[in-house]
Amino acid sequence: MDETSTPTALLVMQGISKTFPGVRALSDVDFEVRSGEVHALMGENGAGKSTLIKVLTGVHRRDSGSMTLDQHDISPQAPIEAERLGISTVYQEVNLIPQLSVAENIMLGRQSTTAGWISWKAIRQRAQQAVDRVDLSVDIDCELRRCSTAVQQMVAIARAVDLDAKLLVLDEPTSSLDTKEVEELFKVLLRLRESNIGIVLVTHFLNQVYRIADRITVLRNGQRVGTYATEQLPRIELVGKMLGKAPQEVAEIESRTATVSDTTPSSEKMLEVSQLGRKGTVEPFDLDICRGEVVGLAGLLGSGRTEAVRLLFGLDRATTGKLKVDGKRIDKPTPRKAIRAGVAFCPEDRKREGVILDLSVRENIMLALQASRGLSDALSYKQQLELSQHYIDALKIKTPSTETPVGNLSGGNQQKVLLARWLAMNPKVMILDEPTRGIDVGAKAEMETLIESLRKRGMAVVLISSELEEMARTCQRVSVMRDRMKVGELANEDVTDQKMMEMIAQHHDD
Amino acid sequence: MNRISERHVMLAVTAVVLMVLFFGASMRFDGFSSPFVIADLFNETAFLGITAVGMTLVIISGGIDLSVGSVIGFTTIFVATMISDNGMNPVLVWAAALALGTGFGCMMGALIQVFKLPAFLVTLGGLFFARGMAFSIKKESVQIDHPLYDAVGDIALPIGGGASLSFPAILFLILIAIVVVIAHRTRFGRNLYAIGGSEDSSLLMGLPVTSTKIGVYTFNGFCSALAGIAMTIYMDSGNPINAVALELDAIAVVVIGGTLLSGGTGLVAGTLLGILIYATIYQITYFANLPASLATISIGTLLLIFILAQQSLRRLR
Amino acid sequence: MTIDPPNPIRRITTSPLFWPLLGLVLLLIFNAIFTPSFFNLEIRDGHLYGSMVDVLNRGSIGIIIAIGMTLVIATGGVDLSVGSIMAISGAVAALMLTESNVSLWGVIPCALLAATIAGLLNGLLVAVVGIQPVVATLILMVCGRGIARFLTGEKVIALVDDHFSAAFDYLGNGHFLGMPFPVTIFVLLVLATLVVVRKTVLGLFIESVGSNEVASRAVGIQARTIKIGVYAFCGFCAGIAGLIDASNINAADTVNAGVFTELDAIFAVVVGGTALTGGRFTLVGSVVGALLLQTLLTTLYTFGFASDTAPVPKAIVIVGVCLLQSDAFRQKFRRRSAA
Repeated sequence: MDETSTPTALLVMQGISKTFPGVRALSDVDFEVRSGEVHALMGENGAGKSTLIKVLTGVHRRDSGSMTLDQHDISPQAPIEAERLGISTVYQEVNLIPQLSVAENIMLGRQSTTAGWISWKAIRQRAQQAVDRVDLSVDIDCELRRCSTAVQQMVAIARAVDLDAKLLVLDEPTSSLDTKEVEELFKVLLRLRESNIGIVLVTHFLNQVYRIADRITVLRNGQRVGTYATEQLPRIELVGKMLGKAPQEVAEIESRTATVSDTTPSSEKMLEVSQLGRKGTVEPFDLDICRGEVVGLAGLLGSGRTEAVRLLFGLDRATTGKLKVDGKRIDKPTPRKAIRAGVAFCPEDRKREGVILDLSVRENIMLALQASRGLSDALSYKQQLELSQHYIDALKIKTPSTETPVGNLSGGNQQKVLLARWLAMNPKVMILDEPTRGIDVGAKAEMETLIESLRKRGMAVVLISSELEEMARTCQRVSVMRDRMKVGELANEDVTDQKMMEMIAQHHDD
Repeated sequence: MNRISERHVMLAVTAVVLMVLFFGASMRFDGFSSPFVIADLFNETAFLGITAVGMTLVIISGGIDLSVGSVIGFTTIFVATMISDNGMNPVLVWAAALALGTGFGCMMGALIQVFKLPAFLVTLGGLFFARGMAFSIKKESVQIDHPLYDAVGDIALPIGGGASLSFPAILFLILIAIVVVIAHRTRFGRNLYAIGGSEDSSLLMGLPVTSTKIGVYTFNGFCSALAGIAMTIYMDSGNPINAVALELDAIAVVVIGGTLLSGGTGLVAGTLLGILIYATIYQITYFANLPASLATISIGTLLLIFILAQQSLRRLR
Repeated sequence: MTIDPPNPIRRITTSPLFWPLLGLVLLLIFNAIFTPSFFNLEIRDGHLYGSMVDVLNRGSIGIIIAIGMTLVIATGGVDLSVGSIMAISGAVAALMLTESNVSLWGVIPCALLAATIAGLLNGLLVAVVGIQPVVATLILMVCGRGIARFLTGEKVIALVDDHFSAAFDYLGNGHFLGMPFPVTIFVLLVLATLVVVRKTVLGLFIESVGSNEVASRAVGIQARTIKIGVYAFCGFCAGIAGLIDASNINAADTVNAGVFTELDAIFAVVVGGTALTGGRFTLVGSVVGALLLQTLLTTLYTFGFASDTAPVPKAIVIVGVCLLQSDAFRQKFRRRSAA
């Protein structure tokens, strides 16, 4: 069970709730960090980790709940205020000035001056002390952007330490680091732990959590699942808690969705991928999908699942490998070529890469079809209307009219507009990256029914979802990704959330 | 190795370009490397140099100011009219002109920073406003005939061989020296680099972004007014049409001097080299009896080459 | 997130055309009261004369450039070099008319081609090299006028009476159907652009690229090509404007041709209801915006404002309009009125 607050508690957050328009990001979350511990904060997309961190660091204001640091009530209104209180944050995207030197980055805004003139000697001295304190060996006169990401992060930590931080928040610090760099970073963290600083670590990498964290708090869907001592929580249970069951939702969906595979997929290959990969993003992987088959890509956030499908669609350039769609090779895929070959892609980040918020429902639906027909072969207004009305009815898109800007629709309906856009193209391969993320339960069930109907129409579907049960229900086959590579495949009766979890959680030593 | 940074690379390139131009011209034209020509390199472009110094800081902070030419034009006609037509004391008039320029810069900075309007738009508005105001004072050139102007005109710093630097050139060199120190040794200066490097990070690091950004446009307004005053000393007159499109030259000089238009990187001293390249190109067209428009084209081409070089340098990383 | 029921009054006031049209109407009413002669029209030699006709005639250059600028701004860019491109086009035409035997039908395409190439260079710098639009077009703003001046040997090339020059004169000073010929040119250009942009899906693609370039690329729209295209088109429009300008004064004056037109065009576009951030655009709005500007100027002149000082009110109005449109200003204002 949860451990209760101890007298050494450094930070206590109680009953934190935060609602954004249409989304309850955090509901009644408790979170507590002690001095001299490394506390891992874990959860999948939309779990509420980043919202909790942002409430803590003053980026967002909480709707309700209380926060104390060293027994004093705090409610920072801005990151700079949090920093003054002793809460420093180091982001994955380092928030320093790349063009300036290491020393200057550490001392910026706090330079020692005499009569208004900066003393560079004093700056360099104090910066040297700061990097020494975190055991970082770096030339402090080096421009920051010439340092590796790991060093940049450690410089950010050095700055935080020099600011007398009591609590250090590290937001996905290791996502872009290699193994050796991670080790260096951890050495620094362990040293800081000894000097009684509280450290919050947000990460997706299980190995790292078990290597360094003292306690783990798991969030899911904006709620706290629990706080556990690391040694008392087996890996598989942790994965289960992160991806696991959310009882009511599942019951509701299960009552509505038919079970998988009453029609077997044909053996006609729609998508053939061999050794496709991109340096530093995804290790080369193979993947074949047949007509009428749904294949899932399972894995935690940051496992390479999204990166893999982006290569399939040409949004990122693959550095190795081959890709065939319906027997035809696509050379150096770009979105345009992929679409021509019959690939469609609903991205994870709907608003940035998917729908175009300013444009109307009608325009969003006809855009891809029109782009493939070219400028001269314009769809008439009447055709556009018929097309969009057809999909509004077929997919039950809730919109006041075909002319409403997509930005005015709910997340689930935006997702359906995106789907309609691709259905209008009648694609051979449909890639769905987190299609049910951020949409309500009813819409999730509908989406599953829809995927099943796409399959029956003979499409090859690639599905990514953080909900393992959703994948277990919809997929015939699942490829499991971990640490930016494909680590295995499960088929037919083996596609269960239990087996997927085991494969995701498998321990391996580098 | 680590200490050799992009700005040093750009600065080295600038220095090489200057050397090639200057020594090339010296070999081609007799008397090009005489002290008189060298003094002219400074004397003829002092007012451009003064405004380019302010522009350097604006560009380092990631901004742009298109209004400087008009502010200079306004200052020249304002100063000339006040002295010649209204018989006011030049020192008072200078102070008033500096105050006007500074206040104008401050206002534009506030519009840009407080209301988040694009800098090019606000300063383009400033360009029109100041030019229109210049014409509202007087429509044609006004001569300045005042003992103080004669006295200032006589100030000269000999550099040997009978050649000497004029008062505006001395003013420019003093200003650039002061600003080099400001950029390097004050928090304001360092904050400019930080903001130009990443405004979001600067905010997160708690730097005074708003006051710094308004400050740099204010300072640039001051520099433009000072350049206008230098121009009246150089020409002994004021004209509302003075310094049309000078902002483009100023920006070109700054970029050729090794400052990145994207902000965050640059050295004020580089602008001195930029000015010298600019002046050398004009001297060459003069010596070779070429049309001045060729100098404009060369400077535009050089600007393009430098921007492309900066872009590819950044892509290499 | 709530969706308002369609309300006729709200629909009118939220239309992008509402504010510029209202401004234009108010200005016309003002003129109707204080300078009744403003609305006088008379026919001499079969040509229409009057202040209103003047506004259309003098405004045509602004309108033509505003059309090109609208499409550039819709993609999220801006083109500061239009004035210099005008000078280039005028210079090329004047040179060919005075120095060569090429007929007018050869001269005009050459001048327009030069202008289009200049715009194309802007487009390449923005879309392929990836330089910010302000900086990219600034280069041509510096260089372009230098090129024009170099071409003309730094002189004003006067177009004296000969066969071709007389025909060239018609461009800026002729009359067609009783109206000044520049009016015909801008009406044709507006109509042609409207047809190309709205009868095909080009307009939608431009809006799509301007609102979200990443997502546009992901549906297979060739964002780069479209961006290059709009800059080239903007250059083409500036080229036409340059020809009219040169024909107007019967000379290529490379120092003064098109000076300050970039702000006039940006003014017309922004006042017309197209946001500087890109996305949705309205060509008709830009035309109304340009007419509003010209009417404002004509009104100022009637009240004794000199043309040299006209930039002052222009600058105030444009910065004011942008201020009113800016989120930061609206928020501050709302907060203050709430307090």
